[in-house]
Amino acid sequence: MSEAITRKVDRSHMQVSDEVAVQISRMNKWYGTFHVLRDIDMTVRRGERIVICGPSGSGKSTLIRCINRLEEHQSGQIVVDGTELTSDLKNIDKVRSEVGMVFQHFNLFPHLTILENCTLAPIWVRKIPKREAEETAMHFLRKVKIPEQANKYPGQLSGGQQQRVAIARSLCMKPRIMLFDEPTSALDPEMIKEVLDTMIELAEEGMTMLCVTHEMGFAQAVANRVVFMDQGQIVEQNEPKEFFSNPKSERTKLFLSQILGH
Amino acid sequence: MESKTPSFVRGQMLPPQPPPTRESGVVKWLHENLFSSWLNGILTVVGLIILALIIKSALPWWLNGVWHASSLGECREIIAASAGEGATGACWAVIRERWHQFIFGFYPPALWWRPILAFGLLFVAIGPVLYAGQKRVLTYMIGGAFLGLLITLWLASAPAMVFVGLVVLLGGLAALAQTRPGALLWFTAAFPALCFLLLWGGSFWTPVMAMAGFAILAVVARLLAGRVGAPVAVGLGIVVAVIWWLYVSGPVAGTIGSVLPLGLEPVKSDQFGGFLLAIVIGVTAISCSLPVGILLALGRQSNMFIVKSLSVGFIEFIRGVPLITLLFTASLLLQYFLPPNTQFDIILRVIILVTFFAAAYLAEVIRGGLAALPRGQYEAADALGLDYWQAQRLIIMPQALKVSIPGIVSTFIGLFKDTTLVAFVGLMDPLKGVTQIVRADINWKGIYWEPYIYVGAIFFLICFGMSRYSMYLERKLKTDHR
Repeated sequence: MSEAITRKVDRSHMQVSDEVAVQISRMNKWYGTFHVLRDIDMTVRRGERIVICGPSGSGKSTLIRCINRLEEHQSGQIVVDGTELTSDLKNIDKVRSEVGMVFQHFNLFPHLTILENCTLAPIWVRKIPKREAEETAMHFLRKVKIPEQANKYPGQLSGGQQQRVAIARSLCMKPRIMLFDEPTSALDPEMIKEVLDTMIELAEEGMTMLCVTHEMGFAQAVANRVVFMDQGQIVEQNEPKEFFSNPKSERTKLFLSQILGH
Repeated sequence: MESKTPSFVRGQMLPPQPPPTRESGVVKWLHENLFSSWLNGILTVVGLIILALIIKSALPWWLNGVWHASSLGECREIIAASAGEGATGACWAVIRERWHQFIFGFYPPALWWRPILAFGLLFVAIGPVLYAGQKRVLTYMIGGAFLGLLITLWLASAPAMVFVGLVVLLGGLAALAQTRPGALLWFTAAFPALCFLLLWGGSFWTPVMAMAGFAILAVVARLLAGRVGAPVAVGLGIVVAVIWWLYVSGPVAGTIGSVLPLGLEPVKSDQFGGFLLAIVIGVTAISCSLPVGILLALGRQSNMFIVKSLSVGFIEFIRGVPLITLLFTASLLLQYFLPPNTQFDIILRVIILVTFFAAAYLAEVIRGGLAALPRGQYEAADALGLDYWQAQRLIIMPQALKVSIPGIVSTFIGLFKDTTLVAFVGLMDPLKGVTQIVRADINWKGIYWEPYIYVGAIFFLICFGMSRYSMYLERKLKTDHR
């Protein structure tokens, strides 16, 4: 758990501003007749690092996937960076190019090299010249510490390396918000640390982040807010110290005892 | 009772060692593959005996083959004289005498250089598609086509001007291959018009105006794309282009032709035959059916109800009907759907229907490839902000097509062999059409195996070539390192 975080976190740039990055109000979502998300209200301010946790099936992944419209909500409102998500494709594309996402299974494009993975969206969506996009990509690959792998294919990299490429690929679009959907769940324990380190660095630079994760060590070290979800609802949210030492609801206590119990 | 766990600590890690050297060579191979058990030993011996019997009965037929004779009767006399009464032998003389009908049908011999030239340039045209950007392979292909054409055109006694044109054209293309191999695709794009002109002849302006339809499509689509969105703009472009082709291009070509009469001697479609016909239909249908198949596969997966039901309906209808039915439709019914007095070439009609037929199969093959892709690929493309067509073109299709290569090539091979079915609508395919004509000749009446072996061998060569290319492509595109 917390042993994955071994270094001191530099908090000097982690500032939460008053500007609203994501505003979710009375949002509901159903899969068929199954009510997955119920009356979600949530405000994310610029610079916040939010960790969302909860038992499986609690709707936490669905929630962050709604923020870039990988999932459609049926009622309520989601406003990302001042753009409301509706069925209007222009708004969706605008939001998606501002919001980066990292998936549990990396979802790198196996037919493209690492460098091509990173330059594809900047070239085609942002219409940046190829040379410039490659320079940006190399900058971020250096940042996630794998510039030497640029010309390999994803299949030749380890899981941890692939996830760091996925982070670099998102960063190449210069997003203002980053979503992480269980980024370390598919990794071997040895590789979790390298991915978390990358995420911590990102937090240190003041990125607005929403992370669905079970890495409570990461939550304690980096998050400014922990959101606990169960059965499609936000059950409790608090700053990490309070959340872990003094949980209010019975469900939260039960959940924490299960994952921290050993 | 408690079991004692012996304590153990390894002091030194074991270094890797080479594997044991096994017995090797012919003996080992024989033992492993042919005589690994009693049963396998017996089966091997029986198999060898059967093989020997087949060779013993067939070999004299091949060895006694006669190449120089003017009729089947003469063939038999020569065989009887050389190998004794009652001996069997192949009469290859029929191929020697009639090979040109299997290749060209009734295409006028003085104009054989035109299909030959078109066939040679075909390789130059598909090179940039098959071996994109590989300068060396492209140069070899152009060089090979040049040498092959030089010899065959000389044998077909082409006019001197053709050689001059060939040297200029291929020299230019070879130079282009060195500097900008991507630009060779422009030759590929222009090739259909050139090929049409060479094969059917007629006015130079007809194919030029037909190609202009595509230019009009591109211009309309580009002008409107900003205002109404890309798909609608392309749709409108297609409408304008179709109007151009049906009503405008003919008169325009005629007008220009009357001022500037350029062109080649026309050849009618009913003079086409043999492999010329099979390759014209096969190559055109193959290159047109892939894009149509991709669109159908995407249409079938679409969320839009009308697009989806049209695609499903088309695929299921075309797949549910035998190709021969479609060919009869092409030869008889299609006329009814077209504006009156449209002269619509029978070969063109057959090509359209064969294309639809292959496209329906391809759509299902490609759908299989699409289904093999994990959902995460679509999500990652979406999350990066790529729009539908960008995601399809850059992420989904390259992977789905790669997975479907074996199926796609199988469909293509099937399509090429199915071109022999055009015999049923009165076209002279190499297998039934031409062979029947040859066997109807009083001199060659009763000949049976030789034409079929000849035609079969050529089909095999072409299909085997396609199969090898697909294996090359699979190796080249293998990047997943599983």
